[in-house]
Amino acid sequence: MNITQHPDSSTLMSYAAGSLTEALSAVVCGHIAMCPACAREVRTLEAVGGALMERLDPVPVQQQSPLVILRAAEADNFDRAMPDTVADTDVPVPLQRLVGARLDDIRWRRLGMGVWHVPLRLSRAGEGDLRLLRVAPGQAMPDHGHGGAELTLILRGSYRDVFGDYHRGDVADLDSEAEHRPIADPETGCICLIASEQRARFKSLFGRIVQPLSGL
Amino acid sequence: MAELINRVAARGDSEAFRQLFQTFAPRVKSYMMRLGADPTTAEELAQETLLTVWRKAGLYSSDKGSAVTWIFTIARNLRIDRLRRDVPWQELPEGHDEEASNDMPPDEVVVERERQSRVQDVLTSLPPDQSEVVSLSYLEGLSHSEIADRLKLPLGTVKSRMRLAYQKIREAVEDLK
Repeated sequence: MNITQHPDSSTLMSYAAGSLTEALSAVVCGHIAMCPACAREVRTLEAVGGALMERLDPVPVQQQSPLVILRAAEADNFDRAMPDTVADTDVPVPLQRLVGARLDDIRWRRLGMGVWHVPLRLSRAGEGDLRLLRVAPGQAMPDHGHGGAELTLILRGSYRDVFGDYHRGDVADLDSEAEHRPIADPETGCICLIASEQRARFKSLFGRIVQPLSGL
Repeated sequence: MAELINRVAARGDSEAFRQLFQTFAPRVKSYMMRLGADPTTAEELAQETLLTVWRKAGLYSSDKGSAVTWIFTIARNLRIDRLRRDVPWQELPEGHDEEASNDMPPDEVVVERERQSRVQDVLTSLPPDQSEVVSLSYLEGLSHSEIADRLKLPLGTVKSRMRLAYQKIREAVEDLK
């Protein structure tokens, strides 16, 4: 895999800090599972967290450590297990619980005009929007701006917009000022995971696709 | 500190664990309170973090960073889990899922210690405007747009300050491995 498009370093920093919103984190998490370079950057940025935590004034812990040791001794099965990996998967491991192991098994909902999607569940506290999107070969998405940051991870095929070509593993990291008109590869089409910081304006994007069909 | 984690991993050394607990539990608690947890929740999360250190000591190796960095990632993830409950996707396991290793070569331990101390140095030398956004991100848990709101700055300014800080951090550790 030859990944050429990466999240912005400020996005990686926010991810390492644990401050990136839930939907955006899902995309970054999927990307770093495929991109050793960004995994290394995140490791360095986690050292910043370690250094900052080390500098904090300690707050006395009331319970004594032996209690923890007691509980720990009960949990004597040391956790060495690796996560279950499914052979023949084309979904990054951290996303499998969300998306399933194989892109071919996804049950798409048709939006019309060569676009399908699957909205993905966020935790109750989670803000923003996360969904899988499948765009037919050669299909253009409508022009759209963004409500806040938007991150797109390509899972299959590719697309092209004014910012460049995006292939499997690549991330498009756009802020709210960006306007773009992605066109899916004329042969393969494109499947991607899209996270948006805000819900409302993202919905309106889909509104624009659906509206002509539903006659609104 | 890495040595203590390895002792826990190799033989469930409770004295090594006691030292880890005394060093890190009060800092993890402090971190949680800084991020807005009440003292009881912060205490619980600190206990849980150290319990995870005990249980996952066998998965620790130097490619996961220094001991304090590894413990930071555990604390960060537990906090996120608590905030979001039942997140439908999985955070990568702390330190991702490379082979576990109990025999960390001493030179790697030294490199990690060096990396940590350089990061520490860079952080103290950042210009105040960069240091501020880094701190709001790591210790207040604010997203880019929340930082922009808080400081009444354009989003682009927040991001470029973070990029500049990142650049300095990266330059400082570049020649290590």
